[in-house]
Amino acid sequence: MSQLPILPLLPLLFGAVLAVLLGLWRADAAQIVAIAATSLSLVFGITGLVRVVTDGRLTYEIGGWPPPIGIEYVLDPLSGFMVTIVAFIGLMVSLYPVDVAFDIRPGRGMPVYALALLLLTGLTGVMLSGDLFHLFVMLEIYAISTYGLVSLGGDRGTFAAFRYLLLGTVGSGLYLLGIGFLYFSTGTLNMADMAARLPAISDSPSVLGGLGLIVIGLALKMALFPLHIWLPDAHSFSPPGVAALLAAVQVKAGAYSLVRILFDVFGPTYLGAEGLPVSTALIWFGLAGVVVGSVLAIRQRDIKRMLAYSTVAQLGYIGVGIGLATPLALIGALLHVLNHALMKSALFLVAGGIIQRTHLKAIPRFAGLGKRMPLTMFGFAIAALSMVGIPPLAGFWSKFYLVWGAVDVSNWTVAIVIGASSLLTLVYFLRLFEQIFVREPEEALVAEATEPSGSVVATVWILAAAIVLVGAFTAVIVGAVIEPIAVRMLG
Amino acid sequence: MIELFLSRYVYLFVLALLAIGLYGVLAKQDLAKKLIGLVIFSTAIYIFFIEGSLQEGGTAPVLDERGTDPALYVDPLPHLLILTAIVVGVGVLGVGLALLVRIYRAHGSLDEYVVAARLAGRVPTDTELENDEVERSPVHGHSTDHPAPDDGSQRHDDDPKGLGDGQGSA
Repeated sequence: MSQLPILPLLPLLFGAVLAVLLGLWRADAAQIVAIAATSLSLVFGITGLVRVVTDGRLTYEIGGWPPPIGIEYVLDPLSGFMVTIVAFIGLMVSLYPVDVAFDIRPGRGMPVYALALLLLTGLTGVMLSGDLFHLFVMLEIYAISTYGLVSLGGDRGTFAAFRYLLLGTVGSGLYLLGIGFLYFSTGTLNMADMAARLPAISDSPSVLGGLGLIVIGLALKMALFPLHIWLPDAHSFSPPGVAALLAAVQVKAGAYSLVRILFDVFGPTYLGAEGLPVSTALIWFGLAGVVVGSVLAIRQRDIKRMLAYSTVAQLGYIGVGIGLATPLALIGALLHVLNHALMKSALFLVAGGIIQRTHLKAIPRFAGLGKRMPLTMFGFAIAALSMVGIPPLAGFWSKFYLVWGAVDVSNWTVAIVIGASSLLTLVYFLRLFEQIFVREPEEALVAEATEPSGSVVATVWILAAAIVLVGAFTAVIVGAVIEPIAVRMLG
Repeated sequence: MIELFLSRYVYLFVLALLAIGLYGVLAKQDLAKKLIGLVIFSTAIYIFFIEGSLQEGGTAPVLDERGTDPALYVDPLPHLLILTAIVVGVGVLGVGLALLVRIYRAHGSLDEYVVAARLAGRVPTDTELENDEVERSPVHGHSTDHPAPDDGSQRHDDDPKGLGDGQGSA
């Protein structure tokens, strides 16, 4: 038994408490706590990932109760990979200036960083949990913090948060109901234990019902089309830092749970032609999400709303990758989880920088920004080109693996739609490129704008550098971390 | 047939409650009623767990002279899970009610269409108001206790802190 599986979670949890207490004393102390907590979690995450890549799987029994009775925390390459992404994006948002990230200059005792840390705690908990019910509790912890953070976005944010609360709770309710079906069929909640018992009862209708409920509930959480309707409002009306957290890591918790439960708990017995058509449904709804999200993104004037619809499209890619259920496609999906986290948080943080200096959100009014803020816009260009899928940037490789995975099983529809959707992505970013880099400043607000504050530029550049590096070292990341995961689950 | 019904009728209630709750969340126009629908939906899930754990003739799992035969006892784990889920549900309900308070202070209404229309910067149309279930007079917003910005045209989007609304009505 090692303590490592729970270590990435503890700094975030205690940081959330500490941020409340120190925030009562001085408002800016909370940010320092957040930076320290996320850095510590990042260090533990990377340490854990390095350990499990070579040593395999580590478990920690909470309270010393052995599984399957007690709750178990599991650190394996997949959870280590996800936890590292969460902590890294959390650190970037903590470094970002507070008044831009949360659209508010918090007074003493206003717990914005505590909420953000609680959100990260919930996400980390989801990714480390080896117990299906504990995963539900962690889902709700991050969801409740999200509702609070989204409501920072003014009146529209509050309304969006309320609508999200309704749908999000229905989603976790469906997940809980599915857990009930599984528990009454198998008598266990531990993932590994359930995985051992499920193949024997694969024709039981209540297990299949539970699988269906869990998939629908998690698809709602991850905003897979057509259950994405809460996402555009919640992501575009929340402050930039919150939107970056939500788009980069929060929706990925749903995707992670789906991968974990489909491939690790249910396994291949349930994904064949006999069982529920979960794979087919994920592929088709994912493809529909890619097309609908991209087309709607083209129509948006507001940059944050455009990015939100683009998130719907990108989550479609991940859904397709999970649905294809081949090692290559799963590599593409997991790589896209990482790439999309880096790209979309960079883009939201750039949007925050623009709002900080000009208060503009409408894309047609961005003319000439590239000349006024060259450093920020350089980071924007890298993230946007990566979104389009220009090699050798990171975004190219995940699409490459997805297309390869589709061609490998002769699923030409998927290959063609993914290829064509890159053109749609290009269309909506070309509008931005034209406004920002080609045209001369028109508005007085733009003409007087200067480079955003140092920490904005720094975080955007760190993320842009990460995109370039991930693109350059994709082979290493895939070979060392992602491919063993995919082969273990589906090979 | 009748025996199957008698042994399983609770699940029909659960199904009915789930449907009622989901209908409330999706179809009701009043935001507070949506929240009530959500509570009904969650309660149905709690009942499902408790019903599933019951054992004919079983009792509380306290070790006594009855022995260790599991058929004599009710499964305690679902009760524990649902206790946790109730706590979580209360948290969600609290956040939801807090959001409702803020929406009501800003708009003087809990009608979904009215709030959405005011946020979009337009006056709600007659068709939207027709099937309006919410009691709200006067139509737009706050009564007389404080001068609310009454034209729906320039709503609170410019409020940089997102908190300025509602302070006057508190």
